[in-house]
Amino acid sequence: MGKMHIKLTVNGKPVELLAEPRELLIHVLREELSITGPHIGCETTHCGACTVDMDGRSVKSCTVFAAQADGANVTTIEGLGTPDGLHVLQTMFKEHHGLQCGFCTPGMITRAYRFLQENPDPTEEEVRFGMSGNLCRCTGYQNIVKAILAAAAELNAVKEAAQ
Amino acid sequence: MNEMTPPKTERTAALKGLGSARKRVEDARFTQGKGNYVDDIKLPGMLFGDFVRSPYAHARIKSIDAEKAKALPGVIAVLTAADLAPLKLHWMPTLAGDVQMVLADGKVLFQGQEVAFVVAENRYIAADAVELVEVDYEELPVVVDPFKAEAPDAPVLREDLAGKSEGAHGPRRHHNHIFTWEQGDRDATEKVLASADVVAEEMVYYHRTHPCPLETCGCVASMDKVNGKLTVWGTFQAPHAVRTVASLISGIAEHNIRIISPDIGGGFGNKVGVYPGYICSIVASIVTGVPVKWVEDRMENLMATAFARDYWMKGKISATKDGRITGLWCHVTADHGAFDACADPTKFPAGFFNICTGSYDIPVAYLAVDGVYTNKAPGGVAYRCSFRVTEAAYFIERMIEVLAIRLGMDSAELRAKNFIRKDQFPYHSALGWEYDSGDYHTAWDKALKAVDYEGLRREQAQRLEDFKAGKTRKLIGIGLTHFTEIVGAGPVKNCDILGLGMFDSCEIRIHPTGSAIARLGTISQGQGHATTFAQILASEIGIPADDITVEEGDTDTAPYGLGTYGSRSTPVAGAATAMAGRKIRAKAQMIAAYLLEVHDDDVEWDIDRFAVKGAPERFKTMKEIAFAAYNQAIPGIEPGLEAVSYYDPPNMTYPFGAYICVMEIDVDTGEHEIRQFYALDDCGTRINPMIIEGQVHGGATEGYAIAMGQEIAYDEMGNVKTATLMDFFLPTAWETPHYTTDFTVTPSPHHPIGAKGVGESPNVGSVPAFSNAVHDAFRAFGLTQTHMPHDHWRIWRTAHELGLHG
Amino acid sequence: MIPAPFDYHRPDTVEAAVKLMADLGDSARVIAGGHSLIPLMKMRMTDIAHLVDLQKIGALKGIAIDGDTVTIGAMTTQQELIGNAALAGAAPIIREAALQIADPQVRYVGTIGGNVANGDPGNDMPGLMQCLDATYHLQGPDGAREIKARDFYEAAYFTARADDEILTAISFQAPAGGQAYVKQKRKTGDYATAAASVIIAKSDGNCSAASIAMTNLSDTPVWCEAAGQALAGSPLGEADVENAVRAMLAVINPQDDNKGPAEFKRHTAAVILRRAIERAASRA
Repeated sequence: MGKMHIKLTVNGKPVELLAEPRELLIHVLREELSITGPHIGCETTHCGACTVDMDGRSVKSCTVFAAQADGANVTTIEGLGTPDGLHVLQTMFKEHHGLQCGFCTPGMITRAYRFLQENPDPTEEEVRFGMSGNLCRCTGYQNIVKAILAAAAELNAVKEAAQ
Repeated sequence: MNEMTPPKTERTAALKGLGSARKRVEDARFTQGKGNYVDDIKLPGMLFGDFVRSPYAHARIKSIDAEKAKALPGVIAVLTAADLAPLKLHWMPTLAGDVQMVLADGKVLFQGQEVAFVVAENRYIAADAVELVEVDYEELPVVVDPFKAEAPDAPVLREDLAGKSEGAHGPRRHHNHIFTWEQGDRDATEKVLASADVVAEEMVYYHRTHPCPLETCGCVASMDKVNGKLTVWGTFQAPHAVRTVASLISGIAEHNIRIISPDIGGGFGNKVGVYPGYICSIVASIVTGVPVKWVEDRMENLMATAFARDYWMKGKISATKDGRITGLWCHVTADHGAFDACADPTKFPAGFFNICTGSYDIPVAYLAVDGVYTNKAPGGVAYRCSFRVTEAAYFIERMIEVLAIRLGMDSAELRAKNFIRKDQFPYHSALGWEYDSGDYHTAWDKALKAVDYEGLRREQAQRLEDFKAGKTRKLIGIGLTHFTEIVGAGPVKNCDILGLGMFDSCEIRIHPTGSAIARLGTISQGQGHATTFAQILASEIGIPADDITVEEGDTDTAPYGLGTYGSRSTPVAGAATAMAGRKIRAKAQMIAAYLLEVHDDDVEWDIDRFAVKGAPERFKTMKEIAFAAYNQAIPGIEPGLEAVSYYDPPNMTYPFGAYICVMEIDVDTGEHEIRQFYALDDCGTRINPMIIEGQVHGGATEGYAIAMGQEIAYDEMGNVKTATLMDFFLPTAWETPHYTTDFTVTPSPHHPIGAKGVGESPNVGSVPAFSNAVHDAFRAFGLTQTHMPHDHWRIWRTAHELGLHG
Repeated sequence: MIPAPFDYHRPDTVEAAVKLMADLGDSARVIAGGHSLIPLMKMRMTDIAHLVDLQKIGALKGIAIDGDTVTIGAMTTQQELIGNAALAGAAPIIREAALQIADPQVRYVGTIGGNVANGDPGNDMPGLMQCLDATYHLQGPDGAREIKARDFYEAAYFTARADDEILTAISFQAPAGGQAYVKQKRKTGDYATAAASVIIAKSDGNCSAASIAMTNLSDTPVWCEAAGQALAGSPLGEADVENAVRAMLAVINPQDDNKGPAEFKRHTAAVILRRAIERAASRA
């Protein structure tokens, strides 16, 4: 039961490391790669604080073994924007007070990022359903929903302007 | 000599001071994943600690064999009570005057109790080693029912207290009894009740629950043996108090301890207490000489750290026939679990539960609280509330409803009839508080109008008819609440924790170029202090909030303060901030007068500057004054521009609000739908409306969870039945209702800026609103009282017992 | 919550996976999405020395509709079930049920094979597969075999699948008639308090055939043959529905738990079934 050689692409960069198969993706990201945006909240796939984007899907990285993720393309909150070029969701979460303690925020935004790609023009109800894998204890979600709807509108406006 | 002066409105707006919906400065790092929480901290050589915990609720420990664990490669140490005893650290003081085992000393008293602490190279090895520690238990009889705890033949839970008939709060009458706390006038109250037209009597239970912030508790302890300094990063809502306690119990001089609260992923009261994990990490770091991290997992969090509530409240309320309340009587049986670790001010073993007369002018009242030990986790923390205010508000708001039923009155009318009137403030309550200010009737009328209360009642009546005619299986409930909080502990003359007065503090340094840093003794856990305290200061000292850094949470740099809980940050630290700002301004006035070559009294404050009275074109801006403070020799004035204020509030503040919930209930499945939730808050002066609204949304969502499903439940063996988020209810965006917020403004007369605090109001106020809605739906069928949480099966049971299932 | 160590295997064919399972013996488990298994492993409630991950086996993926025959690869995720338009046309009840499983993130990873094969009575798909009279395709050291979903479940976590067999696919005939999956749960991510799968075919206004299965009301999913028979040939009047409900209640056996006492669950099961029948009939 030794360590295995694992290759990942994380936020666009190829990464190779040795890990025990049982190591959880969240620990690999946080401990081995010092990517501490995704957080550990519940450890039983309920809270979504550990959400990352893996091969085009939102997944809870506390419930993925490093071994399962071998070969995967992983995007975390750190890969969504830069200080000089924030993702629209990052801007809108601030603009609409969609966060308080900030602990759920990276998972929340990372999930919203995938959700808006699948449903670029959602209703409020669709946002609430699409975001129901992420818990927040501070905001009561109302401003999170508002922020995501605002981000969708902004992304659509940009898309329209480009056409 | 001066530039053109922009108009006052423009200058005021540029400050982003009081009343501005300023965007949060914290958000840049949080939205980019650059927050710095405890588990993000990684130090060279850091080890990881993990607990062996008791599977039993009550058992004697016959032996602990850690040899196999110690033999596992990567395991550094396994600590047990025997290792801590020589250091006198196997027990620790609680915040409530009791003592608590750090590691099981001879027996365990609740499931999940800390038995041994494994220290290993990483968390994987630590977890493997935990499995290898062999503990031989002998099971003992378990007490989970607080009413059975005081039976003559009940098992002795706390053997360490054997023979002690005096506890921290007076006499103990039984080996599982902790204290009796009495307030008010018993004889007078009983006399009033005996001769009243109407007396309503009910047992109101506020069940055991848990604050469950998304980030669990944890710390990194680092003992630097070279210079003798201990640094602890941790999820601490009160870093200075932790430093003092750590010094007192470890013997390390306080100046050699540095406590740092980094970003905290929500607290809600869970992170006020001192937990065994902190002590064990510190000891492990001292023993090993390297940093040790401990972070609990979610099951540990729910099972072992800091439950809330668990109050059995027996009430009697009397009134005249026409609905004038004449007296209130209450007896509480308080289940404190295995150790009394409530986070209450020392002299208040039941916190501020004596606010239980609520928003009403009740001439006479009596309250007694009995605390008892059971085989459950310790805690009794203020879960987004000011020390048992949630329980008190729930109690009185249920008793009002029960009384309304007895009187056959509309409960909105009953409330309005008994509110403390505006002209009665400051109001002295029958249980000893002085309410600072309020205008309940105005708020109440506004709320009823906003929801079209009468229209709702008509719709409800129609629905009831339809239900009886078999046209629908859904009932409508209208839940009303008017709550009054008591927050901002508090006056040092009657509020302390472990002897530490509950003042708070702010230190301000103005930099030569006119920007500033403010440091406080509080610590944000999402409340946005870095944003709002800068706003308070901006209005006080005329420096834009954007030019003010707010720093909290490092005991080496922040002035001493008692931390953030009990909605005390705005009332106490916010006041300290304003007062420190005023000291800055006072000195700035002297500098300005010198620069303008006039007498101190001849300049006046004008938003962001001092101007010569009667000659507004002659002025010095704060920026100019700040520079002068550092580069000019001013006779009689020390260089620099700094101030510190330690604020001891003269009184608590009393925020209040009117909440209304409209709920649809499916009597067949017990499911519900929140159709409308209206929340009117009066928190005095409003610092940042955006943040206030966010606080209300969040607190109301916690209240929704508590009322409708969230609980820490035990079986009769003392097993926790709700130890993961599968069973412990935290609503998602899908379940969470939509909120409408509203406000009135009744400033606190004694607070420097009139602010009262708001963080906890929505938890305090929403729980009775949700619960009253459930009760109200069934009122027509004779329901007077049923217990929370109102999950599907309990609502179904209510409907069933009322014969609604045919 | 840290799992115990194990060895990891990622075969790329069914044959290789079957051989691994046979070679590794009792201590080996297959892992699909892992969202039931991994939490158990993290709580150290299982003892697994070898995990055989099926993710790389292309043959286990995909949805094929050939005439009336629907075949779904075991490694097809809930999200893929939800997003497949052809499947939504052939058997809309699958999409309706899948949308009520867990939460979005879990649905991206959770597979239909994992959901039906691990024998958890709380899972939604087993009852639905019984309702559809689906066939499970298993492959073991002795070759392939088929077994009906209605014969598959023995007790909680005990099924007719041998330890060294792998579920490869599920197939069923696209049902005629209206379909409904109605589930009561406490919150997102929860298992059913009670759930009902109902398919109703109608001819000339009467019910010509009906199939009913219940979820999380016994230690296995319960296909209620008699309940379906109570509806077949009836005009679906109130008395007919009550006959079906009575027949259903006779074969479920719910237990007390955090979701409520058995008595409540029996009541809810009846309510949920009535609603599912009504909804399916309205769609027929």
